Parts: sequence; structure tokens; C-alpha cells
Amino acid sequence: MHNSLDPRQRTQSNMAYLRSILRSGKNAVPAVLRREFHRTLQAAMQVTVRDAIKEAMDEELERDERVFLLGEEVALFEGAYKVTRGLWKKYGDKRIIDTPIAEIGFTGIAVGAAMAGLRPVVEYMSFNFSMQSVDHIINSAAKTYYMSGGLQPVSIVFRGPNGAAPGVAAQHAQCFAAWYGHVPGLKVVSPWSAEDAKGLLKSAIRDDNPVVFLENEIMYGVPFEMSEESQSKDFLIPIGKAKIERKGNHVTLVSHSHVVSRCMDAAAVLAKDGIECEVINLRTIRPMDMEAIETSVLKTKHLITVEGGWPQFGVGGEILARIMEGPGFGYLNAPAVRVTGVDIPMPYAKLLEENTLPQIKDIVFSVKKMLNV
Amino acid sequence: MAGETSFPEPQLAGARLVVSARTYADFTPQASFDIKNCDVHKLEEGPPLQAVLTREEGLQYYRTMQTIRRMELKADQLYKQKIIRGFCHLYDGQEACAVGIEAGIKRSDHLITAYRAHGYTYTRGGTVREIMAELTGRRGGIAKGKGGSMHMYTKHFYGGNGIVGAQVPLGAGVALACKYLGKNELCVCLYGDGAANQGQIFETYNMASLWKLPCIFICENNQYGMGTSVERAAASTDYYKRGDFIPGLRVDGMDVLCVREATKFAAEHCKSGKGPILMELLTYRYHGHSMSDPGVSYRTREEIQEVRSKSDPITLLKDRMLSNNMVSVEELKEIDVEVRKEIEDAAQFATTDPEPPLEELCNHIFYNEPPMKVRGISPWIKLKSVS
Repeated sequence: MHNSLDPRQRTQSNMAYLRSILRSGKNAVPAVLRREFHRTLQAAMQVTVRDAIKEAMDEELERDERVFLLGEEVALFEGAYKVTRGLWKKYGDKRIIDTPIAEIGFTGIAVGAAMAGLRPVVEYMSFNFSMQSVDHIINSAAKTYYMSGGLQPVSIVFRGPNGAAPGVAAQHAQCFAAWYGHVPGLKVVSPWSAEDAKGLLKSAIRDDNPVVFLENEIMYGVPFEMSEESQSKDFLIPIGKAKIERKGNHVTLVSHSHVVSRCMDAAAVLAKDGIECEVINLRTIRPMDMEAIETSVLKTKHLITVEGGWPQFGVGGEILARIMEGPGFGYLNAPAVRVTGVDIPMPYAKLLEENTLPQIKDIVFSVKKMLNV
Repeated sequence: MAGETSFPEPQLAGARLVVSARTYADFTPQASFDIKNCDVHKLEEGPPLQAVLTREEGLQYYRTMQTIRRMELKADQLYKQKIIRGFCHLYDGQEACAVGIEAGIKRSDHLITAYRAHGYTYTRGGTVREIMAELTGRRGGIAKGKGGSMHMYTKHFYGGNGIVGAQVPLGAGVALACKYLGKNELCVCLYGDGAANQGQIFETYNMASLWKLPCIFICENNQYGMGTSVERAAASTDYYKRGDFIPGLRVDGMDVLCVREATKFAAEHCKSGKGPILMELLTYRYHGHSMSDPGVSYRTREEIQEVRSKSDPITLLKDRMLSNNMVSVEELKEIDVEVRKEIEDAAQFATTDPEPPLEELCNHIFYNEPPMKVRGISPWIKLKSVS
């Protein structure tokens, strides 16, 4: 574990930790000292998002015999992104199943297994490949409990990396939060931190309904401090509740997945100019925690949604519509605004790719524009 | 366990005591019948060429097939009266398939089919009343009026599926669960000649074979995928061979005994751990693809009439039983009268039962979930949803 990190890794880990402390606005020095102290006590820990996801699956596989994993390369290869490393060695062929490259087939098989009482966790090597399976996710899973008048539940989790990843270009970089968020009968979760990932995946696996769990490749390797509480085998984060990652009074930034990191970085930059951003990590796309957003808007009177996905019919569009229709509108001092990916397929060249996704400077620019500073 | 507790206990279709004027001693208790040979693919031998039918079984098969027949014809009537709406795909002509398959498997086995599902809903334990009330969209329907013709479920029967071909991987998934949980159960996955060209079916063949899943793939070949005859849709119409590495057999789907023996044979193959097997049932539907299809633009009335007069499954069984003195004409007439009455009663229920209450519009979105609000048609309307 962390005591066995080599010096270079430990430095990197320390720097990442320092960054995460700075983001959260806590005083850095005592935090670092505390952390050294903590390491000997093994209370809080540094865990990457990847490991948190794996821990969640490991604990749920152990807890419930009916849970099993399937997907391409999840077993022997240890996961295309190494998320499932060690699980096949521990649980074997019956519970960790390598599938052929047959998305619509294995998704259908997983949904059928869920109908018959098992609790599958389906991995897509990328949610872009889930487009092949979307009929089963929606028509066979999401709608079934309703169509059957409550006779046939479907307990299943669909997980995998969603949205942008460096250099993967157009066919491998689409964000599906809005697509799946559109469908009644599905729950759609989009974690940011390691704690999010672990607590929400455990909740998703224990949920008796179809859950789409949108991870992100950029976040896999990022370490986060995991509280002692979050290391417990029964640590759950409820689906449908957002988290305030940073408190502030001047503007509300609502985001999900890897873009939350950008928002936290932008908030740190803006703080130097005396602008305090409240950063809300949505955690769940559907059902969305509008109450948290409205409570924040009541205080800050300014709202910017920030996402990596395309603008048209996106997550931000939904939030703004609900603000218009709800009490939030009355509190706004300026029209709410969306910051999104550019409305184009994702280009390959680094310069072009960087200018397709919201960067720190874009968020800072939008905040200052809205606040007229 | 999810899915295990919600279903009511299924009824045994067609099993009723028939009190007859003549005593049992007058009838042949059982007889042996020659049945057609099945073409086989990658199999050393096929099902037996003879089937034993007891009087009791015969009466049950007759009653069940007749019930399905009459139920479908009543649905036709109600649809023309606009009391049934939307899609309605009728099964008359194919009764021997549903009844023969059910006779070849156990109640504890599993079954899934596509949208031509009323017959299977019945053989898998649904009552005529709740099937018809579902077709008319009433609260007494098997899915509380929420599903309609294509979305009916009972215990170990997974519908009723609207997307062509989707039910095949679903069925293989059910089979995977059977194997995973160590139950000695199998899953029958039905699909039509039209669906047989779907890619996901071939993906399923591959995985089912690779993992030796206990499923019987059954292609109900009624010669037409909607309006497209088999020769115009498939490069190979030997559907029983299309599983390639999966052994297959082609069965006379108009003969309930043939279907039963083939199903027993297939079930034996599955349960002995050999993996999946494929059955093609040669059958025929009298109605068009659905109620919006008169069914004569792509086939001739003469063809339909010929099948009716030469191969009707109910007539086939009836003739066999009568010519072997297993039953009397009066007895069968009595069953017909009872069936007619049952259908009439069910139709009466289905047309008078009220529609589902509007307060329940948003229920059953999620299972085991605390009550939640659902957005209504305008932002001022918040609807309630309970599990």
C-alpha cells in the first residue's frame, strides 16, 4: 500500500494530496503534518479512483453471492484500464466473466440474468461501445419494471469510462450523461472523487434497479483522501444526493465527473481575486439533486453549470430549465449560463482537443463575465 | 430475492375434470402414435418416432389449444371493435408449439418469447381473464394494464418482448442464472423466422455455446416475417442449422406430440450439461402478422385454407383421439362449450373492469424504492410514484 510506495511515487502522491487540500480550501501546512501523523495511524488514506472502484466491487462480490462481473478483458487482462485487477484471481471464472466482443449480446445476457435474480455488473470498455447495447439498457432493463406493472424488477449495474480521455478522438470521447439521464426507469450516477466512486458504486450494486455508472478515464489515476469512515465495508453514498465540494458566496458552479476538478482549480484561481465559488459535485445525474442547487442559488444568486458533454439537450440544459421552472429563478441576479464542451466531434490534435473541453481559464472567464468583473 | 416474490402462483392450463356420460372403462386410456421424423444437425440421433398419449394428456392438450384458439379469436373481435388498441399479434394456428413445449418442460423451467405471446402467457400460468384484461388495458390485467399485448409476465416467464430478437440474449441470461445458481433448470428462448437473421442472436449462440448455458433456442418458423417470406429474407432457410456449432433439429410444429417429444429430447440434452440446442418448429399463423395486417398481400387465401384443412393442430389431435377411441365427440363438444364460456366470461370482465386508476400512473418506476415525485406534464404538476 502507501508505505510501500517508492520515493518518487510518494512525492507524486504528496503533491497530488497537497493539490487536493488546496482545492478544498483548507490550510495546507497543518494538513500535511496531520497527514504524516495519519499515515502512521492509518486513519485517512490516499486511494486512487481506480482502486476505490475496485474496492467497491470486491466488497460487494464478497458480500453477496449473486453479484458477478462481466465484460471484455475484465478477468485475465485485469481490466482494459486495470480497474478489475486481482478480482479474477480472487473470485474465479464463475464470478468474473470475460466476454467475446459482443456488446449487444452480453448486455442482453446480463439483463436476462438480472431478471432471473442475479445481480450483474456489466463493464463497457468505454461507454461509447454501450451504444451497441442501448436497446437492452433502455428497452429490456429500464422500462421493464413499469411495463410489467411491478412484476419484474431488474437489478443491474452498467459501468465503464465515459466522456473525454486524452487523445482518443471522436468515436471514443462522447459523454453519455444526457442520453441516459433522459430515460425514466434508469438511475444515472457520475462520480468524481474516490469516495464518490466507492460509496456510489456500492449503492448502485445494492440498488434493485438498473443503474448506469459513468466513470472517467482521466480520474482513474487521481488519488484522493479517503476518510476512515469511507474505508468501512458498509460505506454507502446515497444515489441522488449532490455534494458541496467547496463553499462560497458569490457564484454556484454545478458540475460532474472529471470537470469538477477543473471547477475546483478555477475556484482556487478566482479566490485570489476575492471571488468565492460554491462548487457542487452533482454525483448523480438522475435523479438530480435540484434541492442542493436551489439552496446554493438562493445564497449566491448566480449559477453556472459546467460539463464536458455537448451543449444541446445536455445536463446543463436540464438544470437551467428546472431553475427557470422552480423557485431558483426568483433568486438569480443574472441569467444562468452553461459552460460545456464545444458542439463538435472530439478532435485528435492536442491543441484542438484542449480547446474543445472547458479549461480553468474558460470557467474563470465565464464567472467574471457573469459577475461583470 | 428480486423477482421471486412478486409473482402469483401460476395455474395449470387446461387441467380440469371432465365429467362424461360414458365411463372411463369405455375409452382407451392411452395410445401410441407415429410422429414425423425430425431432420437433425450435428446430432447422432433425433427424438423418438413414436409418442405415447394418455387420455388425460390428450384432453388437457385439446382444452389448452382450444382455449388459446378461442382466446385469440375473441381478441380479434375485440380489436375490430376498437376495445383492444395498438399492437395485437395473434397466435391461432401455432397452438401446438406453445402446448407441446410446455408439455416437454417443467413448470420450474423458464421461458421467454417475442411479441406473439398470448398463448405462452396462458401455458405459463396466466389466466384468460387477466390476459384479456391486459389486452383491453384494465386494472385487472396481468400487468395492471401498464404493458398491453406485448408485455405480459408470469413466474418463470419473462414476456412478451417488443424488440425483435432482444429476447434471445435475455433468455440466455436466464439460462446463465440457472447454471450459476446450480438449479437444474433450463430456459426456452423463442424467436421467429424473421428474428432469426438478427445479429444479437448469433452473438448469443456463441456465448451460450462457449459457456454451455442450459438453453433451448426455438425458432417458430411460421414462414413469414411480417410480410416477408422466408425465401426473401434468409440466405439459408434451414433455421435449425443456423446455430452452426449448436446441434439442431427441425420439427413438425403442427403436431403437439412431435413438439413435445422434441422438447423432451432437447431438455435432456441441455440438462445433461451438453450446452444449448436449437429447435426449428415448422408452423403457420392464420392471421396476418398483427391485427393491422390482413395477411393476404404476401400470401394466398388458398394457402391459408390449405393449412387449415390439412394441418390444423387442434383437428390433428382431435382426429387422433377419436380414431383411437380415446374420447367421444360429445366430450369434446362439452369441452368446447366450457372453453367458449370461459372466454366469454373473460371478455366480459375485460370489457367491464375499470381502467387503471390515474393515481397509479407513475407507480412501478423503481423496485424497493421510497416514494418519490415525478414531474408531470407541466412544471406545476408533481405526480407521486411508489414502488
